[in-house]
Amino acid sequence: MPDDIRPDDRYEHIDPSPDVSDEVKTTTCYMCACRRGIRVHLKGGAIRYIEGNRDHPVNKGVLCAKGSAGIMQHYSPARLSQPLRRVGPRGSGEFEAISWDEALQTAEDWLGSVRRTDPRKLAFFTGRDQSQSLTGFWASQFGTPNHAAHGGFCSVNMAAAGIYSIGGSFWEFGEPDWENTRYFMMFGVAEDHDSNPIKTGLGKLKTQGQAKFVSVNPVRTGYSAIADEWVGIRPGTDGLFVMALIHELLRNGKVDLEYLARYTNAHWLVRKAPGTAEDGLFVRDANGNPIAYDRNTDQLVDATQTDIAPAMRGSFPLHQATPGDGGAGGEAVPAFQLVLDRYLDGRYSPDAVAGETGIDADNIRRIAAELAHAAFEQEISLDVAWTDWAGNKHDKIVGRPVSMHAMRGISAHSNGFQTCRAIHLLQMLLGSIDCPGGFRYKPPFPRPAPPGPKPAGKPDQVSPGSPMVGPPLGFVTGPEDLLIDSAGQALRIDKAYSWDAPMAAHGMMHTVIRNAWAGDPYPIDVLFMFMANMSWNSSMNTSETIEMLTDTDPETGEYKIPKIIYADAFQSEMVAYADLILPDTTYLERWDCVSLLDRPICSADGPADAIRQPVVAPDRDVRPFQDVLIDLGARLGLPAFVSETGDPRYRGGYPDYLVHHERTPGVGPLAGWRGADGETHGVGQPNDDQLSRYIENGCFWSDEFAPDERYYKHANRAYLERAAKMGWIASPDPIVHQLYSEPLQKFKLAGQGFGAVVPPARYRDRIVEAFDPLPLWYQPFEDDHTDAQAYPIRALTQRPMAMYHSWGSQNAWLRQIHGWNPLYMNRKTAEDHGLVDGDRVLVESPYGSIRAQIALMEGCNADTVWTWNAIGKKRGAWNLSDDAPESTKGFLLNHLITDLLPPKDGYRFTNTDPITGQAAWFDLRVRVIKDDSRAADIDAEATTPRAPGVSKAPARSRYGAQFLPKSSWRRKRGGSPS
Amino acid sequence: MTSLPANPGTKKLGLVIDLDICVGCHACAVNCKEWNTGGHSAPLTDENPYGADPLGVWFNRVHTFEAGDGADGRTVHFPRSCLHCEQPACVTVCPTGASYKRETDGIVLVNAETCIGCKLCSWACPYGAREYDHADGVMKKCTLCIDRIENQNLPEEDRVPACVSTCPASARHFGDLGDPDSAVSRLVEERDGYDLMPEMDMAPVNKYLPPRAPARENPAMQAPALAPETPETEAEDGFLGWVDRMLSR
Repeated sequence: MPDDIRPDDRYEHIDPSPDVSDEVKTTTCYMCACRRGIRVHLKGGAIRYIEGNRDHPVNKGVLCAKGSAGIMQHYSPARLSQPLRRVGPRGSGEFEAISWDEALQTAEDWLGSVRRTDPRKLAFFTGRDQSQSLTGFWASQFGTPNHAAHGGFCSVNMAAAGIYSIGGSFWEFGEPDWENTRYFMMFGVAEDHDSNPIKTGLGKLKTQGQAKFVSVNPVRTGYSAIADEWVGIRPGTDGLFVMALIHELLRNGKVDLEYLARYTNAHWLVRKAPGTAEDGLFVRDANGNPIAYDRNTDQLVDATQTDIAPAMRGSFPLHQATPGDGGAGGEAVPAFQLVLDRYLDGRYSPDAVAGETGIDADNIRRIAAELAHAAFEQEISLDVAWTDWAGNKHDKIVGRPVSMHAMRGISAHSNGFQTCRAIHLLQMLLGSIDCPGGFRYKPPFPRPAPPGPKPAGKPDQVSPGSPMVGPPLGFVTGPEDLLIDSAGQALRIDKAYSWDAPMAAHGMMHTVIRNAWAGDPYPIDVLFMFMANMSWNSSMNTSETIEMLTDTDPETGEYKIPKIIYADAFQSEMVAYADLILPDTTYLERWDCVSLLDRPICSADGPADAIRQPVVAPDRDVRPFQDVLIDLGARLGLPAFVSETGDPRYRGGYPDYLVHHERTPGVGPLAGWRGADGETHGVGQPNDDQLSRYIENGCFWSDEFAPDERYYKHANRAYLERAAKMGWIASPDPIVHQLYSEPLQKFKLAGQGFGAVVPPARYRDRIVEAFDPLPLWYQPFEDDHTDAQAYPIRALTQRPMAMYHSWGSQNAWLRQIHGWNPLYMNRKTAEDHGLVDGDRVLVESPYGSIRAQIALMEGCNADTVWTWNAIGKKRGAWNLSDDAPESTKGFLLNHLITDLLPPKDGYRFTNTDPITGQAAWFDLRVRVIKDDSRAADIDAEATTPRAPGVSKAPARSRYGAQFLPKSSWRRKRGGSPS
Repeated sequence: MTSLPANPGTKKLGLVIDLDICVGCHACAVNCKEWNTGGHSAPLTDENPYGADPLGVWFNRVHTFEAGDGADGRTVHFPRSCLHCEQPACVTVCPTGASYKRETDGIVLVNAETCIGCKLCSWACPYGAREYDHADGVMKKCTLCIDRIENQNLPEEDRVPACVSTCPASARHFGDLGDPDSAVSRLVEERDGYDLMPEMDMAPVNKYLPPRAPARENPAMQAPALAPETPETEAEDGFLGWVDRMLSR
């Protein structure tokens, strides 16, 4: 044994204070939709380090795994590097490089011809981008109603149910009052929505130790892992569970009636006149105001008055002396009476729903008792005086500290809209919306439920060579707002706002390819998409979707979808199926904005918006998509994009637009530093210096509400006046929660044959059943078609936290965390199937079959299997090697999910929520069988060649070596720095 | 073989990791990778980054597993990195003195100039915390961000390891566990922080905070049951009487 080495003498030289970087630039992260403030350290022109911006109001310095992997995204070898024109057949991946002049001329020719003849023949759909206020405006200027982003297949059920119920929604548009809540229920929240704020909030909530956190989710991962209680519900039954909670609370009188009377339409009288066109509508006076029964005066009075004592139950005769009766007679009941009638029914008792939901009835009763206890025995009172909408002064802000958050697991079912409405109803009954300890709106919400405007696209709103009057997306309030022709047929290519999906507030991107292929309701000429992987993980029925993209007319040999333009920064699966590729930059190479007109990043305590600035210059022949869109707008002569002389209006591209575009006078994409002196926020004339001011401030603008503006925003005079001044709402009127939804009833009446606009016969039953003005639950549609014994297991997906909402798993670091996806299965269920951990299985639905490898877990509902979504990649895409686990072991559940339901009376409805058109991803039923065959076909699967300008990915990455001192031997070792 | 410091100081820098609130998001692991691949130990080589079996050097990895059966079990997210042990076998096994424990603050480091890549240390570490960089032929490991924690070029609040700075849930804490009055020591005291695998006699400096008892076991959060059965009385007069309270708007 040699002498011991005393290392004291051998301490290496360590520099404890190296220069981290030459320069730090702030910008906004775009590794997912969370969009946090970041500080990018640059050294020698390369990105040394990306960290959260400590000054940023949203992330306050923290940064998630995705944001921390931004370097690998930015330097990804899958980046496209030049415009491309397809030369081989679609899907072959054979392209030639072309110049931007040629690419833009081609696009201009294609689009110009469409616009001159029939603008509807352009379908312009974007993915998870955050520039929808620009893209929607562009579509409207082009004159096509065929525009939407990815919301229709993501979470429109949450957005629409929230907006139509409370004028705001979960998602990133609201947040629990983490400081004050005493009971937090999370429903169906996948691993990461919305990202850092939830992690930070949960950390705070659990560290304070004053609240209970209950997670309702079939799978116990991520957030559910740290819940005080995990409720492993059967997928698609959350609505029943919530209604059983409502049943229990009503039965015990644990409902905040004062809240209901003040802030909801619970006391508004609903006409009971079955078999008439008035049935179920609110009784209104001559001014259109709703009516209540005032117990002080025993009169029917204007329900919006404050000096009344409204009856909450009972039945009241109507006659000609009644305001608004119009001689119809009959009777009317407060909306709350209908709530009592429905949810006190024994079919919503905990015992009645236990079997369907898989939740023990005693547990349901206990959770109801806990909700009641937290709401009514642990009231929170803040010593802040405030004034309500009616001018009543309150010396304290009092709240019921129960908060809720819900997302994809609720949304991705065909009963998702009504289930989400049920959660909002539960919140209303507990009086816990925007109160201390409750769910809180983030500005610019709340907005009227629903807000304007209505979607444009009616026949008289679309004409060749002209903009549409109004935006392609909006909120309908009745059948007369639908975008249908006189025969009831859809006017949009995706059939949004038709009888297929009347309240499709985010459009239906997931139906576009099929409808365009089928020419139903009409053929289109150009499909133009941005950042949407529609030939792969963003489509249902992926295999058939690929066939539709490549299908040709047997007579002409032309593709059924004649022209496809696609913009993306990376060689995603979709690239191979497009004809013209417009290569985008990475998020660190562009100007961009996170706008209050789009998807903002506000907190409940104040508004905020942000910009991206280029922190590095592109090293490829790529252009920011928004610049390209503005350029095309000018080339096509879209009025808002050209000056009076026909020259480009925004010669400086997107940053020029960000500063100088005004949607309405004084309101532009950015709210901060407006006005001639740059000191106005919200509404003010454009300020040439605006972007500099943002950069000086760390690339964001934020403001804080005064303490008396922070709660009860729907009825808080100071807040409402501020919101009106900022342009968020048209007037400072209170925003009434729609416990009872009259727009839904209007559709139901149409389904019953009443009114001027009624659905064709095949829609009627479906409309009548689904469009209920009070939340209801029905079986996911898949259950109507699929034999539950043959396909006994529900299958769903989540995105892992390290990849949630992030585009592409080619990220060299993140793919080391999730490089392939097993099929997770409850251990006991697997044992019943004779399966053991690691078994290879066939997963089959009535629509397809895929191979997978199972991993067993305890924390999974026994009737459910699940996997990580979008890990599986098509061979050769994303510049991954042919043997990458993403394509050899990973799989895409989408292959099993149908986009159309089986025919009913000769018509195939889409596999979506009948109200919003939301893709019903999680309705899927499967069976899992042991697969003893070897998967030979994987090796035979065709690969996609690298596009021109995409170089072979390195076999080794030594990123960071370039930052070592020049003398370091490690700097000279082999391997690519990127 | 290599000796430990003859006169170790009282300072024991380390991490305290709160398993009650770690949601397994991997922010700590990736931010660590990002900082360190361009820092003192640069680079943290990734082999085959776009092919089969990508294999990179990571100083911090998050493991997910389940404890207990059925619905009563728990899903655990467990971040694992060097624990900067007081009795680190990885140091004493080193034949060249490359692996050493700093006298001043107890940080366990590897001197890349004298490491011969024999990997004895990785065999000796019971926690699997050492990472061999095939390209450089040397062992690498968590340095507690030695180039951050005293870095005068960083604002004071950023002088913590990258994993601590970035953690969205605030599940990671950094400090002197040799000082009983430090915030981290108090946290360990309050929350019954524990040593990982104490039976290995490594005396790890890093501590883990166990999950708190679920709120349902907290008597303050117990809710009295609601009425077990619907009263038999006529609903209108019975349990619905509350609806008829006189309300005002």
